[in-house]
Amino acid sequence: MNHSLDTPVAAPHTTTANSAGRVMASVMAALAPATLFGFWLYGWPAVYLWLITVGFAMLGEAFCLRLMGRQAAPVLFDGSAVLTGWLLAVSLPPWAPWWIGAFGGLFATVLGKQVFGGLGQNLFNPAMVARVALLISFPLQMTAWVAPLPLFSAGAPGIIDGLRITLKGVPAGFDGFASASLLGFAKTELSRGLDLLQSLLHAPAQAWYGSRAGSLGETAAWLIAGGGVAMMFLRVITWHIPFAMLAGIAVPAAILHAVDPARYLDAGTQLLSGGAMLGAFFIATDYVTSPNTPRGQLIFGAGCGLLTWVIRTWAGYPEGVAFAVLLMNSLTPIIDSYVKPRIYGRDRKGAALEPVK
Amino acid sequence: MLVAVGSLAVLGLALGGLLGTAARYLAVEENPIEGELKEMLPGSQCGQCGYVGCGQAAAALARGEAAVTLCPPGGRALAEALAARLGVKVDLSAVADTGPQLALVAEEICIGCCRCLKACPTDAIVGAAKQIHNVIREACTGCAACIDRCPTEAMSLVPVPVSLQHWIWPKPVLAAA
Amino acid sequence: MGIFDHIFKQPRWGVHPEDHKRPAADVSLRTLPPPARLYMPLHQHVGGAARPIVLVGQKVLKGQLLAEAQGNISAPIHAPVSGTVTAIGEVTAPHPSGLGFAAITLDSDFAGRWIETARVDDPFALDPAEIVRLTAAAGVVGLGGATFPAAVKFVLGKRLAVKSLIVNGGECEPYLSSDDRIMRDCADQVVDGARIVMHAIGAIEALVGIEDNKPEAIAAMRIAAAPFPEVKIRPVPARYPMGSDKQLIQTLTGKEVPADARAAEVGVLVHNVSTCAAVHKAVRLGQPLVERIVTINGGAVANPGNIFAPLGTLVEELLAFCGLRDTPSRLILGGPMMGTPLLHGRIPLVKGASGILAFDAREAIVPEAGPCIRCGGCTRACPMGLLPLEMATRIRAGDLDGAVGFHLTDCIACGCCAYVCPSHIPLVQYFSHAKGELSARERARLRTDAAKRLAEARIVRLEREAKEKAAIAARRKAERKAAKAAAAAATAAQPEGETA
Repeated sequence: MNHSLDTPVAAPHTTTANSAGRVMASVMAALAPATLFGFWLYGWPAVYLWLITVGFAMLGEAFCLRLMGRQAAPVLFDGSAVLTGWLLAVSLPPWAPWWIGAFGGLFATVLGKQVFGGLGQNLFNPAMVARVALLISFPLQMTAWVAPLPLFSAGAPGIIDGLRITLKGVPAGFDGFASASLLGFAKTELSRGLDLLQSLLHAPAQAWYGSRAGSLGETAAWLIAGGGVAMMFLRVITWHIPFAMLAGIAVPAAILHAVDPARYLDAGTQLLSGGAMLGAFFIATDYVTSPNTPRGQLIFGAGCGLLTWVIRTWAGYPEGVAFAVLLMNSLTPIIDSYVKPRIYGRDRKGAALEPVK
Repeated sequence: MLVAVGSLAVLGLALGGLLGTAARYLAVEENPIEGELKEMLPGSQCGQCGYVGCGQAAAALARGEAAVTLCPPGGRALAEALAARLGVKVDLSAVADTGPQLALVAEEICIGCCRCLKACPTDAIVGAAKQIHNVIREACTGCAACIDRCPTEAMSLVPVPVSLQHWIWPKPVLAAA
Repeated sequence: MGIFDHIFKQPRWGVHPEDHKRPAADVSLRTLPPPARLYMPLHQHVGGAARPIVLVGQKVLKGQLLAEAQGNISAPIHAPVSGTVTAIGEVTAPHPSGLGFAAITLDSDFAGRWIETARVDDPFALDPAEIVRLTAAAGVVGLGGATFPAAVKFVLGKRLAVKSLIVNGGECEPYLSSDDRIMRDCADQVVDGARIVMHAIGAIEALVGIEDNKPEAIAAMRIAAAPFPEVKIRPVPARYPMGSDKQLIQTLTGKEVPADARAAEVGVLVHNVSTCAAVHKAVRLGQPLVERIVTINGGAVANPGNIFAPLGTLVEELLAFCGLRDTPSRLILGGPMMGTPLLHGRIPLVKGASGILAFDAREAIVPEAGPCIRCGGCTRACPMGLLPLEMATRIRAGDLDGAVGFHLTDCIACGCCAYVCPSHIPLVQYFSHAKGELSARERARLRTDAAKRLAEARIVRLEREAKEKAAIAARRKAERKAAKAAAAAATAAQPEGETA
């Protein structure tokens, strides 16, 4: 672009090669291994659900853009709608019916993002808004977890059967698929009066690498963590929020587990279960809805972690990440207004420093 | 159920009554706004608004009798500011935003009659009988009180020339609205 | 610097854009053949423009005074070539608006004859006030780009008892290498100039900060400074904007310049290496500032490098000398991070021009701006610790006071925020616009205050005139009444005397 009287070009006349699209692409690349592992673990229904969720998220975005009279294609290509749909899909029960994914995807982009003004304007994390809306509207479908049935193993549904499961629901004759997630199991047993030391002995089986009943994001906890660390090396996210959130879950869990192991789950289980890893690395770290400063991010992350643990332990829901993240999102503006970086030449309060010779 | 309806109704009536009483007995006097509005107006007492001086115009605005577009020298910026302060909605598309302007004497045409001189509210025109008049730029507020007084149409309003020191970077335009 | 230094000593602020300094920095210095005509602007410094004292048609020698300094903060202008003054008019200013400013046109006679200059063998025997006078008379200003009159800074430094002189060899902007070149080729001049400045302000040490991406310059300066232990060479990490006064002071001395205060208040004074060399020439050789080293670089330049050229040379002549591969897509005066875009090449070289960049189409690409994704990259990059995303949001909404609340006035317009923004938002333009609007608002406020006072004064004048008129009228009436009464009394008295 030439500098002219009509279009003056301001400095700087050079810029980084980075772009919003590239950032989204890095996040998606970091999420891919866990997602693919989840596809393998849960089979074709999971794939179809993922496709539907992402597709409807993009549809919602395109619809809103058309309503606003803007071009849909360039905005869709910045990858934020895809990422929103992807994060939502990864937190749903893998064998959920298609309309859960469709409704969720639409809700996420339309009501979670576009009504606020589009990219960068939303107060709450769109994927979590959709998840919570689904959870309280359709609690049955949203807690129907399945035990892993790896692709190509005996009993796993094939391509067409998988499509039928997603579109029409599990057929009556299908055997041995339903399972509780670990957190759900623990909560149910505790509410029945059985303490953890006993009930965990016959908890749903889980392999150390994450083969357990849960969402796509839950089972591949290590892969999620690996993706998160990769993002840190790529400088897409910093360590503050993930570290603070995981500490916020682990510290109270460890303390109270030491006090009463029969009532409280240990830190390791807490960290590997539910959406803890996904939440810490991918959800709470969302740029738009988290604070701008490192100290603010530590506070935010710690709050998310603590609230997650509190909801899991004492509240009515077995899983708390979505609620915790939404609650802390509402506090982000306050955190931002109180936690600001110190300006060169000024003290913490913003007054000019005294000259020191 | 009747109890629920009844209790909520009573609560509503009680709180509403409280609010109404507060609005009547604890209301704030509106007068301070007049001083504020007076400060916002240019203060050159040119009279183009139809009121005798800016103080009267401010009082009329405070009473709600005058439109926020009453002041031509203030232009669109002033109309917007007044609308914001008074909390009124106004359609400003018709208000021409000509930017700051200065009066200019065409020296070849000026006959030195002193009519414009006497009309200027800030004494910005220098001259005397049968001497060519001239406008002191720093004192001229662009109120246009002098323009129509000139019998030979030697007065005109021209935009303030942009200087190197006063040039401002334009606000970046967003690509897709 | 070793790997540990790299990890632990790199400041967290700022950015590290691609250098683009070589091969231009390594090419040896070339001298521009004197141009036939040059345009010497009268306002090449901070402060009042100089006032011309020559007439059209006058013959001048190289170094002759063309225009006097006006006011306390100003600098004189001297002839860069010998020849004839052919016009005193306007030329396009190196300013994004493309508006003009006053300049003296000189036609060279190609003789290159200098005026008589007075040499000084031992500047350290001179009174500091004399050094200030020589520096002022030579028109030396900050050659790093700030163009503040050096002599005024010396006086300030002496008054506030500055003990450390910081010599700025940072040159952190990409593409530029004129300071690098002057350190490599004229290290002795730089060190001598620094010592003269130290004597002028009463400093006891000079800390020369040089970015570590200039190892040859560091080596050359070390050799030149070896006999003088008070001149200490201090390599600093290469990070933009290390050459910014505030950041360099913090890196070299650990002190922070308080907001709205001057560096001298923390006991330091900063001068660019080229300025020190100019002081050396002004004091030792009596030569005024009429020429400088300028970097010509950019994708569109065929033979980039550093050129020693007279001030007032048109940019297009400098570019022609270095050769252009094709029409530049953008011309920039300065570096890419803070440089001024030029509308065309018919703009003269000024004292503060450390580089001219001719960008090709690829370098001149301006990516389309997207919405802010609140990634916080700008906050991490800002060397002043501001929140660019918050300021820009408020400016976009027209809330200038809100932006000031986030300390917009502390922004040094370095461009780090806009550089890192993944959405390529023109943040610096928002801030420049806001600062301009706030200045305009302040000017308008002063104007309305003045208009109010004038209007009130007029009313007072009219009332006074009316009162005077009324007083005169009353007096006349009284006089007439008295005259009438006297006449009546006289007539009344008379008939009694006239009976016959």
